Amino acid sequence: MKKLFASLGLMFALLSPNLVLAEDAAPAPEAAAVESAAPAMAAPAEAAAPAAEAPAPAPAAEVPKLDSGATAWMLTSTALVLLMTIPGLALFYGGMVRKKNVLGTMMQSFAITAMITVLWMVAGYSIAFDTTGMAKGVTNFYSFFGSLSKAFLAGMGKDSLTGVIPESVFMTFQMTFAIITPALITGAFADRMKFSAMMWFTGLWSLLVYAPIAHMVWSGDGGFMWDMGVLDFAGGTVVHINAGVAGLVAALVLGPRLGYGKEPMAPHNLTLTVIGAAMLWVGWFGFNAGSAVAADGRAGMAMAVTQIATGAAALGWMFAEWMSKGKPSVLGIASGAVAGLVAITPASGFVGPTGGLVIGLVAGAVCFWSATSLKRMLKYDDSLDAFGVHGIGGIVGAILTGYFAVESIGGTAGSMAQVVTQIEGVLITIAYTAIGTYIILKVLDLVMGLRVTEEQEREGLDIALHGERVE
Amino acid sequence: MKFVTAIIKPFKLDEVREALSAIGVTGLTVTEVKGFGRQKGHTELYRGAEYVVDFLPKVKIEVAIKAELLERVIEAIEKSANTGKIGDGKIFVTSLEQVVRIRTGESGPDAL
Repeated sequence: MKKLFASLGLMFALLSPNLVLAEDAAPAPEAAAVESAAPAMAAPAEAAAPAAEAPAPAPAAEVPKLDSGATAWMLTSTALVLLMTIPGLALFYGGMVRKKNVLGTMMQSFAITAMITVLWMVAGYSIAFDTTGMAKGVTNFYSFFGSLSKAFLAGMGKDSLTGVIPESVFMTFQMTFAIITPALITGAFADRMKFSAMMWFTGLWSLLVYAPIAHMVWSGDGGFMWDMGVLDFAGGTVVHINAGVAGLVAALVLGPRLGYGKEPMAPHNLTLTVIGAAMLWVGWFGFNAGSAVAADGRAGMAMAVTQIATGAAALGWMFAEWMSKGKPSVLGIASGAVAGLVAITPASGFVGPTGGLVIGLVAGAVCFWSATSLKRMLKYDDSLDAFGVHGIGGIVGAILTGYFAVESIGGTAGSMAQVVTQIEGVLITIAYTAIGTYIILKVLDLVMGLRVTEEQEREGLDIALHGERVE
Repeated sequence: MKFVTAIIKPFKLDEVREALSAIGVTGLTVTEVKGFGRQKGHTELYRGAEYVVDFLPKVKIEVAIKAELLERVIEAIEKSANTGKIGDGKIFVTSLEQVVRIRTGESGPDAL
């Protein structure tokens, strides 16, 4: 892994004069080629290594070329990950709320999709993936926050490449991750947040919390957690711990739903939830196998362990529930599958099938406990278990990644030292997210208020906020 | 004239309707209702949150008939709605003072 870092660093160093040129003079396609580092650009980096070690000449031959196979897979993955939010997550959450809130809940996912698309284009992508001012081992402002030199996607042309795929594809692929992360949080404050406050919160959160965390973990050399060696293939820390902890903070700041624990709040239509969970499962192949940013053996292994872990976690939750509560519920097996998908996210691309199996089983059982017992013990109202499933599942996956990593798959072998690094990564993410989320929510509460009125909450968000309802 | 109200298990509705048609009942009204009797409710469990559902779904049938048909109507419902298990429902009988067919203005037994 160290060699990989070194070669990446050299590659950036070699290319950096060209980078400046690219921004000044217009058409220099090969110069714009490698700018930001994808989560796992092992293949191109290795290919570039010999050139980097060789003396000065022969630079042009080693500029990465577009790989049409990888590009085709990444176009597909991008569509799959978008499918996870709309309609997947919208249905998954929509089915779990009471009927009077189903449209409001689905609206949250849909509106976030639209808004984050624009914000990501304007500034989010630049904050997350711009590498200006970054160097291996140097911790400065840019280790946490990318510069705005890619704002409005400046410099991204038809021929710009990220690794071996067009930058436009990489940018859009990452955009779908930026979309689903705040959408996941909505599960925690379902049924009670004002739509306007929800929009402000998720918009600010995306720029001030999501993009910086993504930058720290994925932007490459000089990124704070990247340099620490934290392994996160597809977003265990960036997406799931991030969203889960933000959800927990939001649930605590907003307080429980009216009548929580006293009135029935059973899901109104679990068929929607099952369809949504199934779409999440399918879409997750784009999420995890797509995070290889290549169509290669590592992507294939990521896909295989994703499927294995998800099956194991669905069974883990189902049996845990069956044994302790007497019946294997449909909501339970669907929740277990999502817990498995969450937990394998950081690990896919690093672990083998056995690691995937264990991670899945553990995640299914632990998330069952967190969503059913922990929540009641601590008495917070995380309505749809954004923290219980994504937060806890993400933590389980991130830590176990350090233990089960296989060197021949992801370049890093599992060890106790790596487990410690993973725990540090988890703690940094939790701290940054918790503080950032808390500040944003408190400011918004002062400025505009976060909750709907009691009357609106009783009436339901559909009628009160959107003037529509489902019969 | 008599007015018969029966609360039955929903899945028995078709059998009851057929049995009533067979003895010459020409019309009835059906409503989906909820309630409880000796059967009590059931519990539902969603991610550890337990809800006791007190009111179970039932079907209410209402039939207006001539008095002489009463015994056969009761018998038909009783037989066709019976499963032998708790929660089969009940039959209520009341006297019916007047019936008017709106279209023709007929009243009394002729309107049935």
